[in-house]
Amino acid sequence: MGGMTMELSTVDLAAPAQATEPLTRSAPGEPVLVVEKLTKTFRRPRSFADLVSGQPPRRVHALTEVNLTVRRGETLGIVGESGCGKSTLARCLVRLHRMDSGRVTYDGLDVGGLSGTALRRFNRRVQMVFQDPYGSLNPRMTVRATIAEALSVHRMCARRDMPARIAALMDMVHLPQSAAGRRPHEFSGGQRQRIGIARALALEPDCLIADELVSALDVSVQAQMVNLLLELQERLHLTVLFIAHDLRLVRHLSHRVAVMYLGRVVELAETEALFARPRHPYTRALLEAAPELDPTRRGSTEAALKGELPSPVNPPPGCAFHPRCPAAIERCRVVRPVLAPLSDGRLAACHVAAMEDGIA
Amino acid sequence: MMHDNGGPLLSIRALRTTLATEGGRVTVVDGVDLDVQPGEILGLVGESGSGKSMTLRSILRLIRPPGQVTGQVLWRGRDLVPLREAEMRAIRGREIGMIFQEPMTALNPVLSVGAQILENLAAHTDLGRAARRARAVELLNLVGIPAPAQRVHDFPHQFSGGMRQRAMIAIALASNPTLLLADEPTTALDVTIQDQILKLLQHLRETLGMAVILVTHDLGVVAQSCDRVAVLYAGRVAEYGAVGPVFATPRHAYTLGLLRSVPDARHARQPLRPIAGAPPPPDTVGATCAFMPRCGFATAACAAGRPPLVPAAEGRLSACIHGDRLEATEWAA
Repeated sequence: MGGMTMELSTVDLAAPAQATEPLTRSAPGEPVLVVEKLTKTFRRPRSFADLVSGQPPRRVHALTEVNLTVRRGETLGIVGESGCGKSTLARCLVRLHRMDSGRVTYDGLDVGGLSGTALRRFNRRVQMVFQDPYGSLNPRMTVRATIAEALSVHRMCARRDMPARIAALMDMVHLPQSAAGRRPHEFSGGQRQRIGIARALALEPDCLIADELVSALDVSVQAQMVNLLLELQERLHLTVLFIAHDLRLVRHLSHRVAVMYLGRVVELAETEALFARPRHPYTRALLEAAPELDPTRRGSTEAALKGELPSPVNPPPGCAFHPRCPAAIERCRVVRPVLAPLSDGRLAACHVAAMEDGIA
Repeated sequence: MMHDNGGPLLSIRALRTTLATEGGRVTVVDGVDLDVQPGEILGLVGESGSGKSMTLRSILRLIRPPGQVTGQVLWRGRDLVPLREAEMRAIRGREIGMIFQEPMTALNPVLSVGAQILENLAAHTDLGRAARRARAVELLNLVGIPAPAQRVHDFPHQFSGGMRQRAMIAIALASNPTLLLADEPTTALDVTIQDQILKLLQHLRETLGMAVILVTHDLGVVAQSCDRVAVLYAGRVAEYGAVGPVFATPRHAYTLGLLRSVPDARHARQPLRPIAGAPPPPDTVGATCAFMPRCGFATAACAAGRPPLVPAAEGRLSACIHGDRLEATEWAA
């Protein structure tokens, strides 16, 4: 975010953001962010051996035809292990990465085609907050200056109203007013996270993308942040994309949850349905592997999932999960399952689950 | 403390570790008392700065001077604290092994994984050259590395994070340790890989009878893989006991606060009841209970002094004078 704001401050600023605000706003519960067949690959630097043998550069398939709908006012949780593409997805959504193909629309606006003022306006409405606030805050700027910069770059309010607005924002994230003159290193991890959120909220966004927001924090501070997120969402009617690897946190915060594996969404369901009865074998393994807090309910002595994530350079044919899947059938090795509704309306990309429901 | 059968393997008393920093000497371990029974998995849990990793390092005296370790670390009846470095080396890495959070920094990047196991085998066993080679492959197989006969020649960078941790465990196991110290061994790993490593540690404990001290900040990891737990706060043990009872009826307000900070599946999207504030920096704890400023149960009596770790219930110890009041609070309610 820091990076984004910096870049923006160097470009020509056209009309103030509020004056040109589009009036198209979806109602609560309606789809607001729609992702269709989003694909993103990264070029890998060629190894010496590849250069000598004239191999073409290899590509990492970070996201492959991801489909996703986020509804206004909801929290959509995105879980998956490292390398599943969840952070790449977040970055594509806010245009920190350009997608290779596919379409992302926000309130009907084609995000991929935005530029100039329209892109800045979009960036204001959809704000990203990062895991490492230390890396995204300017160490030489006080909290007051950090928030003031965001306010002035996007011309959020008149200069004379700024002190009051900064005070209100700090209040909103429960930072004491006495903190305004201090710099990032004087704060604890949790408080820095609050500064990052205050800066994001300065732009009055309607969507917050939180990428591993609380992952690096201690459990007591994590819980404080969870409460803050719940409170802010209620108060500001935010749409939240909560990306995390911690299943307990995702379950607690999300209305719906998308599970990703090797660059694809493999299951998307209402939170309770997903946790009560996971249908994709990967979701099942993930839930089983997550250590439960109740020592009287110990899992089996066998690991929930054998093997490791296959290479995203050469994803397996058919279902990407089949080499590790205990339920895999012949079809899984050959035909790639698509994300489609099961009998209870949830989405899953699994041949076996579809067959169980008499769909495929 | 407990002397169930034949006494503890490791018995720590009044362990105190200080480090020299630019701002002067700070106390990072402030009087830890702990027992480890043979073959058990003891969890050390606490937030950052609670002293859990420093306790682990102090056991093996992995504290660089001018850092200082005082107190008593009785290893099979012998105090490790006053030992000379040469004597310490016969125990460190041999009778007591250690694995770390980030295996890549603990492994030697320019030696193959096999060479690093061989090194340990040569240093700590009487095996001949051929037997050592066979044993290295056997150890890699034991920790679940596929195709061990080939992978033994691989270098650490050719291994994934989970595989590196397995390789670290194989190196530690080369000396047949009686106790393994594991410092956040799964913190950097994905949940399914964490699950694999924790199951592996439990399996090794079963088959080799090795005791493990597992340092973690994840209460779920403790609940699922430890026999006993010591909850650390501000460099001291706040509560100690078997995992089941400690989780069911915490006898220290800090343990209760930690448990309440974790989201509970039955109350989705409800505000949590976290501990307010953050843990105190070292050496800022006055003559009161260290947790008092953050504690919802605190009374004037808590200011009277740091409460000692005393028996609180069958086989349990707590350093909280309000243990009985906590018992009346249903923490998950």
